[in-house]
Amino acid sequence: MSGGNGGSTQGSGSPGLSAVDRFALLPQEMEDGGGSWLEISMGPQHPSTHGVFRMDVVLEGETVVKLKPVFGYLHRNHEKIAEGTSYLSSMPYTDRLDYFCSLTNNWAYALAVETLVGLQVPERAEYLRVITAELTRLQNHTCLAGFLMQDMGASGTPLMYGFREREFILDLFESLTGARMMCNYMRFGGCRCDTPAGWLDQVRTVVTDYPQFLDEFENLLTGNEILMSRTQGVGVLTKELAVNASISGPCLRAAGVDYDLRKVDGYGIYPRFPFRVPLGDHGDTYDRYMLRILEMRESLKILEQALKEIPEGPVIDPKAKLRGFRPKPGEAYGRIEGPKGELGFYLISDGGANPYRYRVRPPSLINLTVLEDLCLGHNVADTVIILGSIDIVLGEVDR
Amino acid sequence: MLGVGILKGLAETGRNFVGSYFDPKRMVTVEYPEQRLPLKENSRQFPFLVFDGDEAAIGLRCVACQICEKECPPQCIYIEKSKDKKPDHLGKPQYYPAVFDIDTSVCMSCQICVEVCPFDAIKMDNQYELSTTDRFGGLLLNRDQLTKPNGYFQTLHPTDASEIDTRREEERVKAAAKARADAEAKAASAAKPKVAATGTTTVNNAPGVAS
Amino acid sequence: METLEQIRMRVLAACPEAVVDLVLNPAPSAQHSLRVDRDHLATVALFLREDPSLRMDYCSNVTGVDWPDRTEKVKVKKTVDGVEKEVEETRGIPGCLEVVYHLYSVALKHGPVILRVRTLDRAQEVAVPSLTPVWRGCELQEREIFDLFGVRFDGHPDLRRLLMWEGFKDHPMRKDYVDPDDFEYEPTPHDRVLERAKPYQDRGGTA
Repeated sequence: MSGGNGGSTQGSGSPGLSAVDRFALLPQEMEDGGGSWLEISMGPQHPSTHGVFRMDVVLEGETVVKLKPVFGYLHRNHEKIAEGTSYLSSMPYTDRLDYFCSLTNNWAYALAVETLVGLQVPERAEYLRVITAELTRLQNHTCLAGFLMQDMGASGTPLMYGFREREFILDLFESLTGARMMCNYMRFGGCRCDTPAGWLDQVRTVVTDYPQFLDEFENLLTGNEILMSRTQGVGVLTKELAVNASISGPCLRAAGVDYDLRKVDGYGIYPRFPFRVPLGDHGDTYDRYMLRILEMRESLKILEQALKEIPEGPVIDPKAKLRGFRPKPGEAYGRIEGPKGELGFYLISDGGANPYRYRVRPPSLINLTVLEDLCLGHNVADTVIILGSIDIVLGEVDR
Repeated sequence: MLGVGILKGLAETGRNFVGSYFDPKRMVTVEYPEQRLPLKENSRQFPFLVFDGDEAAIGLRCVACQICEKECPPQCIYIEKSKDKKPDHLGKPQYYPAVFDIDTSVCMSCQICVEVCPFDAIKMDNQYELSTTDRFGGLLLNRDQLTKPNGYFQTLHPTDASEIDTRREEERVKAAAKARADAEAKAASAAKPKVAATGTTTVNNAPGVAS
Repeated sequence: METLEQIRMRVLAACPEAVVDLVLNPAPSAQHSLRVDRDHLATVALFLREDPSLRMDYCSNVTGVDWPDRTEKVKVKKTVDGVEKEVEETRGIPGCLEVVYHLYSVALKHGPVILRVRTLDRAQEVAVPSLTPVWRGCELQEREIFDLFGVRFDGHPDLRRLLMWEGFKDHPMRKDYVDPDDFEYEPTPHDRVLERAKPYQDRGGTA
């Protein structure tokens, strides 16, 4: 413990600290409010922390007075590994960042390298990228809804329904890329290989059957009084705080800010797809949950259109080199709208085969900036739900 | 009325529960290991080396170029070249790997070695039940454990294998035709000086003398 | 959005003492950046956030970069034995640590504006003003740069290690970081891994 840089605070023990003072003090440094405060470590081994993630929570009774998240239990120094291997060899490592959504991670990295070098991606590859990314978004949001219910104590039923549908999507990934989760499918200038025979028809079947599953899911969950009373008004995120704290993805849109990178940046061929961006009114957990359900329906619309329009053609730029890829010196920042938020890659190249600096902008880590603000004043049980609705994956938080 | 949402949810759960007895969409449990789902064609687990024909020592496609060793991200492949050469399917003498180890505890099944191999020598297997009690040696596959026949590769990936086989057959036919043409050209150029030599001797010989 | 050159002019007009250089990016991405000196970083950042035509209210990414000390050969005119000649000298370029901020605007939906700031050197003078009071999203990312590179951010409310554990001594993302000597046995070592594995080859495993 380095003692931090919060040396300007007074260690007054009253619970009525100003926001800055409360922000700066660690739980160990605060004085006990008359002996009634309890410090809990919701430690790395906990069924509801979505991975190895720890929260130091100071409670008065059941109310959260202070919360400090602790990271680093899954830190693999992915950025340094990437400085030691070539650009292509980093691609399988990006699968393992946000291990639920490996295809969008691959796309973000491929986009950053293509921005750095100036490669063109053929049409069919762009359509395949959109199809796989939207399928990834579908299965990620399904899982998230399931895990949120699990955290609320629904003991796995919605989760298992979600996993059942997710299996169809993972089967699609397996026939296309060879692996269910660690897909390693995108390459610089396109995709690794073309679709096997009949794959697009299988995708059409899944996309046609999905709305019925979503209707069942919503029947089960959305009108449920327990869900509503536990999530409405819990963890309210205001617009100004969300923008200032660099929140991105569904959490930002649930707060009411209209910022979806698929519309703003228009990367790939997303400008061709007319889809709506759902926004939340209150910024609470219920909005974050509902937003993901609505986003799933919009993804289905994008998928239907993409499956209709996909052309024939090559799936990789013929000028793209697999081995001996040495981009010229320079730097580039490429970002996409991943299912969790804005996933960006910042690359600095010095002309060699390995990147000089490789940086992943992790949406899950940055969305956790406001975890304390959201949890203050709520119960411990609500902490679990708020964490679940922010949707973190520790592979991305810790890299 | 308070509780309508919960009742609708219970109806949903009930439908799933009852349906799991006779509706195929809801009967999703596969009792592994007695029942197994068939794997997809492209499914990949760990690499293996391909050899043509019956003899692994003769038909091994790998020429120990070490490209897969260099490109492997976690560096789990270890190759040592042989000292002698053996002919490949085109007839050209090539090195072969004396040692080819893959550490499957390190391998992350990324398939980059398959992509960069110029000789179609290493391909992805789909065996995933490789667990063993020997922590280091049992997961280290050496060259003999990795070598499998082309027939096995054809059962795993029929589309890929048929493309590769037709291509290699064309190359072999072309190489054989070229070799034949070269041999004929050499024979023709070897025969020509003999005809010219007999011509000069008859001229040089004294007339009237029978040669 | 206006070009970076125009933004630079307006920044200099608003904060005249600031030293703002344009750093060109040779790659096709053409994402040029502004290098600001350490003393005026906070004022420039506040100007970029509050200016009505820029409204950079979203700090998307904060990155640390390590530029180690380099030497380069320069041709210098020197008098050697009374004769003026051109002699090749090796000159040392001191290294530094750099922090790069990618700024976007949610209100006006444009960007990026890229800011860079450098520390004086890599050993002692590694302090840089923190932009967390301007953009709260920099909080965790600046902590990570402190952890992995060693850059101290003055004004950060809670500067502790983020990813490494408390009490860890070194800064792992620096170019001169040496891994600790806790190597385990590995059956297929080669190149660099083989060098480090040699002392441990007889330990463990039955290969």
